Amino acid sequence: MTAVEDPTSAVDLPAAKEVGQARRRKEDARLITGKTTWTDNMVLPGMLHLAVLRSPVAHGRITHLDVSAAKERPNVVAVYTGADFAEEQGSLPCAWPVTPEMVNPGHPSIAVEQVNHVGEAVAIVVARSRTAAADALEAIDVDYEPLPVVLDMEQAVQDGSPLVHDHTTSNTSYHFVFDAGDAGTGGDTEQAFADAEVTVSRRFVQQRLIPAFMEPRSVVVQPSGDSYTMWSATQIPHILRVMAAMVTGIPEHKLRVIAPDVGGGFGGKLQVNPEEILCLLIARRLGKPVKWTETRGESLMTAHHGRDQVQFIDVAADRDGTVRGLRVRLLADMGAYLRLITPGVPALGAFMFPGIYKFPAYRFECDGVFTNKVPTDAYRGAGRPEATFAIERIMDELAVELGMDPLELRRKNWINTEEFPFTTVAGLEYDSGDYHQATEQALELLGYDELRAEQKRRRESNDPVQLGIGFSTFTEMCGLAPSRVLGSLAFGAGGWEQASIRMLPTGKVEVVTGSTPHGQGHETAWSQIVADELGVPFEDVEVLHGDTAISSRGLDTYGSRSLVVGGTAVVKAAEKVVEKARVIAAHLLEANADDLEFTGGKFTVRGTPGAGVGIQEVALAIFAAHDYPEGIEPSIDAEATFDPENFSFPHGTHICAMEIDTETGFAKIRKYACVDDVGTIVNPLIVEGQVHGGLAQGIAQAMYEEAIYDAEGNLTTGSFVDYLVPAASDLPHFDTGNTVHVATSNPLGAKGVGEAGCIASTPAVVNAALDAVRHLGVTDIRMPLTPERVWRAIHAGGDGGDRAAQGSNAYGGARTTESGIQEAAQ
Amino acid sequence: MIPAPFAYARPTTVEEALQAIADGGEDVKVLAGGQSLIPVMRLRLAAPETLVDLTRVAELRGVREEGDELVIGAMTTHADVLTDPLLAQYGQLIVQATETVADRQVRRRGTFGGALAHADPAGDLPAVALALDAEFVLAGPGGRRTVPAAEFFVDYLTTTLEEGELLVEIRVPKLGEGWGVRYEKFNRVAQAWSIVAVAAAVRREDGRIAEARIGLTNMGPTPLRASATEAALVGVDVSMETVTAAAAQAAEGTSPSNDLNAQADYRQHLAQVLTRRAVAAAVGL
Ligand SMILES: Cc1cc2nc3c(=O)[nH]c(=O)nc-3n(C[C@H](O)[C@H](O)[C@H](O)COP(=O)(O)OP(=O)(O)OC[C@H]3O[C@@H](n4cnc5c(N)ncnc54)[C@H](O)[C@@H]3O)c2cc1C
Repeated sequence: MTAVEDPTSAVDLPAAKEVGQARRRKEDARLITGKTTWTDNMVLPGMLHLAVLRSPVAHGRITHLDVSAAKERPNVVAVYTGADFAEEQGSLPCAWPVTPEMVNPGHPSIAVEQVNHVGEAVAIVVARSRTAAADALEAIDVDYEPLPVVLDMEQAVQDGSPLVHDHTTSNTSYHFVFDAGDAGTGGDTEQAFADAEVTVSRRFVQQRLIPAFMEPRSVVVQPSGDSYTMWSATQIPHILRVMAAMVTGIPEHKLRVIAPDVGGGFGGKLQVNPEEILCLLIARRLGKPVKWTETRGESLMTAHHGRDQVQFIDVAADRDGTVRGLRVRLLADMGAYLRLITPGVPALGAFMFPGIYKFPAYRFECDGVFTNKVPTDAYRGAGRPEATFAIERIMDELAVELGMDPLELRRKNWINTEEFPFTTVAGLEYDSGDYHQATEQALELLGYDELRAEQKRRRESNDPVQLGIGFSTFTEMCGLAPSRVLGSLAFGAGGWEQASIRMLPTGKVEVVTGSTPHGQGHETAWSQIVADELGVPFEDVEVLHGDTAISSRGLDTYGSRSLVVGGTAVVKAAEKVVEKARVIAAHLLEANADDLEFTGGKFTVRGTPGAGVGIQEVALAIFAAHDYPEGIEPSIDAEATFDPENFSFPHGTHICAMEIDTETGFAKIRKYACVDDVGTIVNPLIVEGQVHGGLAQGIAQAMYEEAIYDAEGNLTTGSFVDYLVPAASDLPHFDTGNTVHVATSNPLGAKGVGEAGCIASTPAVVNAALDAVRHLGVTDIRMPLTPERVWRAIHAGGDGGDRAAQGSNAYGGARTTESGIQEAAQ
Repeated sequence: MIPAPFAYARPTTVEEALQAIADGGEDVKVLAGGQSLIPVMRLRLAAPETLVDLTRVAELRGVREEGDELVIGAMTTHADVLTDPLLAQYGQLIVQATETVADRQVRRRGTFGGALAHADPAGDLPAVALALDAEFVLAGPGGRRTVPAAEFFVDYLTTTLEEGELLVEIRVPKLGEGWGVRYEKFNRVAQAWSIVAVAAAVRREDGRIAEARIGLTNMGPTPLRASATEAALVGVDVSMETVTAAAAQAAEGTSPSNDLNAQADYRQHLAQVLTRRAVAAAVGL
């Protein structure tokens, strides 16, 4: 769609605004056809290829490691082990020490003496081709002395548990507390519970998930003199540059990092990966360009995972449903090491557990726990889905306890629209919204009354297929983040974003953004913003990103921050361009700058019809620079850095209608409706796309995905045969809608939409499943809702239990044994 | 994810293929659609010395009629099966099961013979072949032999195919007048293997069930027949009660595995439910 001009109106009238148009994404053609540079497409003269030998044991000492035979294999250039880099590899960075006492055991890029999770790098072959490198891995001889494997967090925190790191004193990395009473944002939580008429306590399990981005990770490093260029399939080229420089000692100005087009990340590429460091170290040592591209198996096994929490949630309320207090205690699985923001993910969630409700008292505690598994870190939502799940699930449990309608309970406790801005018990100031309106609209979209009537009919006729309806009335904090707030949380960086705008002689516009896309559509949205701000055609705008030599400052893409923070920086830069151009336009028009109006890309003199000059003409004039005012620089280019003063708080109501086949346990979404308020919508098509993708991943957590380790610490869900990522055919049609309450912390009024669907949907799905079978005595079903779990919960009680962890029998994979279930059931 | 090096032969006749297998050295693997073999090679769970690719052996592809039987070439792809007019008329059970196999891309390449020779207990076609009492024609250096389905599937991923032998074609009875069929598959996502599935072919005569053939997918290391249910169905009136009662015996004699998708007791339960549904659908209830 393009801006529509009314043919009857005068030519001078401004075209319809670009912001708000459902533009097709301008980057998609090249992304979808692959006619672009993905990192693995890079071919450099003399380039060598790396293959990584990975530990098959979860915990052990390396007692013998002989790579001599591998070195003799054809086309092998070098083979390295941890000993070769022990002195120079340092530790992978952890940028978020959530407490001063946090224990960080250090994270070598390649194991030196000990391995702490399956998949940890143990040796690296460098060869002239990828296949030669892969073949030579088989010639490496390695023995391990096994150490006791620590997998279960609840066991790991007990006294006497074997340790993941024997130089630490316990498996607990940190104990993080937020107490609203201490913070002065709420009352005394213990008192609230002591005085409560009703309390409900639950233990929820956030299973481990795998981000499973489409493009596997890939790194290329090219040395040139004492400088290095790294291409990486990363979300964070800017952060990676600083961190890699600090880890390797390569001076920051001698390291350029490029994220070319990147095929998805979902937080999974918000990381400084061991292989990125190793590529740098090897390129430095050999003086040759090197490439490493992971296989899908390596990706699932070694790229960081997400979620993995055990949540103990208590809610206190009056009999009439008024909530009085909330208490949260978490065990958060760090995995074997602390990666970039591993410890911060659950801590970020701390502020979202109260959700949209007016809790007068709140206390949060979290233990970060080491286990012999791959580290966890950011995954779409990062802390907020966990919080939203817990609060939206416990609200349903409270409703059941009180015999109240779950929506009525929510209405009774949520923040009313006239109460914004509202400071929550967690100390956040929610900006705007209308929970009532979003809910009414979602109920309508769903066809709520009809479905409730059908549910009743199915109950009464004892239909084998039962129907349930589940709600999630959520909010989240996004637009990460006010730098001072990040500082107060001990995060290792700020949360600002930068943009610059370059006006080319032909009037075309280059926008440089520090927010690096990996599939979100920045190029389109930023072009729409700039087209409106500068009054230039959408097609005249090009967006540059992802290369630290082009976009020198930036903090990249995560936490639904790009539009809210990065987009605002673009607006601010554009405003500066207009102001600079105004002075020159005034000069050219021989008018006073204060008398100029700027609309539709044109400066005109107020009260003097006909006189005017376009901003694109100004660009040419200032390029020639033959005639411009004294005392100013001959340029209208500008840059801006924006640091938000608050987060923004998208919200919405998601409603899932779920059919459960009680004979088989099969759960099928009958209908899904959601109304999201993401503030100003720059591009409705992109917003809907983000919501759809988010829903797919949130529903996947509820129903399909689960990373499972067996008793020895092997990832049993190590391929897409066993780690079930749903396809379009497995998901329902989504009925989506919006309300718009603009954010107050940025001039666009945008709130961020990248994670909303993922954060909101999971509890709606589980609540719907429970609503379908609660009358059969079911009180909980553990995620994902596999048919077997649902069936067991209906027919045997409990939450459906563990899944047998001995692998799948498809694909000629591992066979299963009786011990598989016993071990899993322990 | 990169297979170990291997030698490659691409014969154009069964004769040449047998020769290539004989000449291929110690560890020769036949490549059909490669949809099961190549993933296993890429994971280096298999590292054959030689691959003998059958995709150019034209005589192995296609479906023909011989009297009361259909003869299906081993290299007939899943996609061929879905568009074949003879199968549409007489082989609906095979068609229905094939429709549930994987996705469009896999069905383009994967073959009927490859799926049977692979003998994955979670694969959909072995139980169908067993239910139909298919006959497997095998060619080896010493000539051809015919093996009934009940003897073809020996164990988990193991058939009676000897080293040096090829599966050439599969003979199945035409199911015409009076027969109703249903392949009832249970899986979590659309493109996955069966957790359990039931292949039912039932012949009705005068309101009664005259004959029932029921194959079970993934209820043991090989496909199985639900013999007790079959016996219980013969001669009964067609009603939900009789079908339900017979289906309750569907798990007798099965030994399903425990894995991520399901534990054994749940599979046995599913077998009963799915058998009831499959038979009911087959007889038009
Ligand atoms: C993503 C995916 C999903 C799938 N989902 C399903 C599913 O839902 N249901 C299902 O049933 N299957 C499924 N499959 C497997 C698919 O049906 C395969 O096509 C089939 O199992 C093997 O057939 P193929 O022709 O590809 O055989 P290949 O992979 O080429 O061969 C398989 C084995 O059989 C041997 N072999 C092949 N042909 C002969 C012959 N003529 N004589 C002797 N030996 C032979 C080979 O040597 C090899 O050991 C799936 C596969 C994939 C990749």
